[in-house]
Amino acid sequence: MKILVAIKQVPAHDSRLFIEPTGEWIEENDLGYEVNEPDAYALEAALQLREQHGGEVIVMCAGPARVSSTIREALAKGADRALHIEEDDLRHWDNLSVAQLLAKAAQTEQPDLVLTGLQSDDLGFGQTGVIMAELMGLPHATLAMSVEVVDGRLRVKCELEGGWFQYVSMPLPALVTIQSGILRLRYATLMGIKRAKTKEVRKITPAELGAAGEPGITLRRIYAPHSLKQTQMLAGSVQEQAAQLVEKLKHEVRVI
Amino acid sequence: MTQTITAGQLLNERDITFMLYEWLGAQDLCARPQFAEHSRETFDAALEIYSRIAIDLFAPHNKKGDQTEPRIENGMVSVIPEVAVALAAFCEAGLMAAAQAPAHGGMGLPVLVERAGFAWLMAANPATAGFALLTIANVNLLLANGSPEQIEDYVGPMLTGRCFGTMCLSETQAGSSLGDIATRAEPRPDGSHRLFGTKMWISAGDHEVAENIVHLVLARMRDAPLGARGLSLFLVPKRLPGSASDGGERNDVSVAGLNHKMGFRGIPNTVLVFGDGSWQPFGEPGAIGYLVGQPGQGLPCMFHMMNEARISVGLGATAIGYAGYRHALDYARQRAQGRAIGNKNPSSRPVPIIEHADVKRMLLAQKAYVEGALALCLYCARLVDEERTAETTGERHTASRLLGILTPIVKSWPSQWCLEANNLAIQVHGGYGYTRDYNVEQFYRDNRLNAIHEGTHGIQAIDFVGRQLSLHGGAALGSLLDRMRQTASAASGIGTARLAEFAVALSGVIERLTHVAAKLVSQPEPAISLANATPVLEAFGHAVIAWIWLDQATAIGAAGRESADDFYRGKLQACQYFFRWELPRVGALIDAVERGDATVAAMTETWF
Repeated sequence: MKILVAIKQVPAHDSRLFIEPTGEWIEENDLGYEVNEPDAYALEAALQLREQHGGEVIVMCAGPARVSSTIREALAKGADRALHIEEDDLRHWDNLSVAQLLAKAAQTEQPDLVLTGLQSDDLGFGQTGVIMAELMGLPHATLAMSVEVVDGRLRVKCELEGGWFQYVSMPLPALVTIQSGILRLRYATLMGIKRAKTKEVRKITPAELGAAGEPGITLRRIYAPHSLKQTQMLAGSVQEQAAQLVEKLKHEVRVI
Repeated sequence: MTQTITAGQLLNERDITFMLYEWLGAQDLCARPQFAEHSRETFDAALEIYSRIAIDLFAPHNKKGDQTEPRIENGMVSVIPEVAVALAAFCEAGLMAAAQAPAHGGMGLPVLVERAGFAWLMAANPATAGFALLTIANVNLLLANGSPEQIEDYVGPMLTGRCFGTMCLSETQAGSSLGDIATRAEPRPDGSHRLFGTKMWISAGDHEVAENIVHLVLARMRDAPLGARGLSLFLVPKRLPGSASDGGERNDVSVAGLNHKMGFRGIPNTVLVFGDGSWQPFGEPGAIGYLVGQPGQGLPCMFHMMNEARISVGLGATAIGYAGYRHALDYARQRAQGRAIGNKNPSSRPVPIIEHADVKRMLLAQKAYVEGALALCLYCARLVDEERTAETTGERHTASRLLGILTPIVKSWPSQWCLEANNLAIQVHGGYGYTRDYNVEQFYRDNRLNAIHEGTHGIQAIDFVGRQLSLHGGAALGSLLDRMRQTASAASGIGTARLAEFAVALSGVIERLTHVAAKLVSQPEPAISLANATPVLEAFGHAVIAWIWLDQATAIGAAGRESADDFYRGKLQACQYFFRWELPRVGALIDAVERGDATVAAMTETWF
């Protein structure tokens, strides 16, 4: 089985983020980067499926030269080869155009299964995988807690709300977006790092894929939310104050 | 309350990157045949594994290990299960063998990169890292001194985590005074020995983290002379090879008790008894041991491990100090209290305490201490690589001499000043820092050990003054002072007023220390030299850290990066702090030494 895993490099989760003077993006110079967490679980799921059923795992990552460290880490963990879509500035690509880019790149591999993380830790749209599936004409499942291959079909356990789950059976090829925390992640090994040096990393550009990256949305400004402390004194009897408090918690703060 | 630890609360990845690649030229090592298969990419990937495992598996149980001390159950020591999980991941990733040659299943990483990676583990959980640290040192000792059979039987299992190691030197009556060791080794017909005696302060002396434990034990063979020259080194496994179906017959090594420590509580510290008959291998009492190296060469063999351990102690002290600094920095940025100076409006928003002058001072002092100490530790690691792989014999000898004279400093300076950094980290936290809810109080307790174990602060001072200053006719000292002069000269050549000021200051200190060293070496009263040894060690330590800071600042200046971004501005400001507020301490330390002051030497026991 040929499994393609779309991974994304995102700022390390403990980074201190500063906004560029233009207000359009964050300062990237001094940032540390890491693999998007749900994508790490997608890779782990792919590696475990390969261990059970054979085949190969290909990782696909779009971004500038710095994403090669994330690609190398995936190869060191056991992916067989990689596809690096070279694009220096993805900030103006909206989720539709990114999905189009990834879908076109994925189609060059004709995979049996495409896995992506549920969403990215930086932008958090949660749409890329789903749009990719539509563009590729693949059946898909989201919020996957487990993925099995049973009698040539996929059996996917999906998370619903309120502690409910749903089992979905679908034919291959297919696309599944993976939830975080579903497996125990493996670490790269030093021997894996050595082996990764000789693994193929195919480089391709958006132009070669015929993907334009025309933005469908315009990013005008990013800003840190302001935290405000507003104290309100409630008047009246204890019962009246309690009633007012409940009213505010229900309709203003919306926590009950 | 348990705090979740992030990478940025332990070490600064950017700082490590700077030291490795912009200052120490780690990438240049790849031009050497020993490291030809590496590149910066593989170094970075290896460092990433260290930091990930440190954050995911070592840091989360640091506090639990502190609060749940090892226990003796049915004669065996148990530790919390997270220790075994973390160490298993460490070994599975190949990190135990990271710096070993590929012939031994290793990655062949430079020691510089391996130590930089190991710093993450020490910052995350020094107690659990201690298991690995001792084992790596045992492996290096056996590879240098063991027989081919010993290497085959034990090095492989240690590198894969099936077996861990200890070093057994001290006894209850012989701690710093190793010449008084009384453990004896009686010969057996097959060439092995039976050992009888008690060893004290044995870290990781017993546990069930791995299948076996290898104790490297100093003991006295029959008819051996008194004193240190009569000591031989023995390999004593907890379980003997191939003698029982369940993984080996138990050797006659038993745990007499656990020491209950101030810090480093996650790693058991044991009193081990060899040969009391608790177990009777081959039907008799006596712990079976195998001679390592030559008879009477136990101490030189052990000091192969001890010198390495001393550098690692310095690195451990640095890592704990660094973690405290990063915790304090994080706290000071988030904790809002008080108003900016001049703001008299009580209803205005309080400012983060990092904006208060004294908090800023405490953070800058910590930064100067811990980043200076880390730089020294990594400089020494680079010297180990030079000692092993430099192109010419002369370069290797120079590296070896520099490493020798810097060893007491790299052990003692971080143990003293990174502990002070931990002290300041508590102070930044205020009352919260004094509670067990916050991590910094544990850091202080953990770090307090480092000035004691693997040769106390005083022993380092005696070694430095009594041995290192005059070693090779003073050539080691000469090499060190030459390097310091070269840095001062290079700093002057950068052409900035700030670096020129530091170069002048360092040059002045170098000349004073040169004079002091000459005076000490020719001192007719050794009692006075020894009484004043600690201030001398501390003075040299401060001068060395100033030199290391200036060397980094010079690298920044040479690359034209003084104002490239806040990282470099911060580096240079910390360098400036060290030169203006710390280096002047050297004069106070050596004024009395220069006069040959005998106040301490003349003090007698009854006057106290």
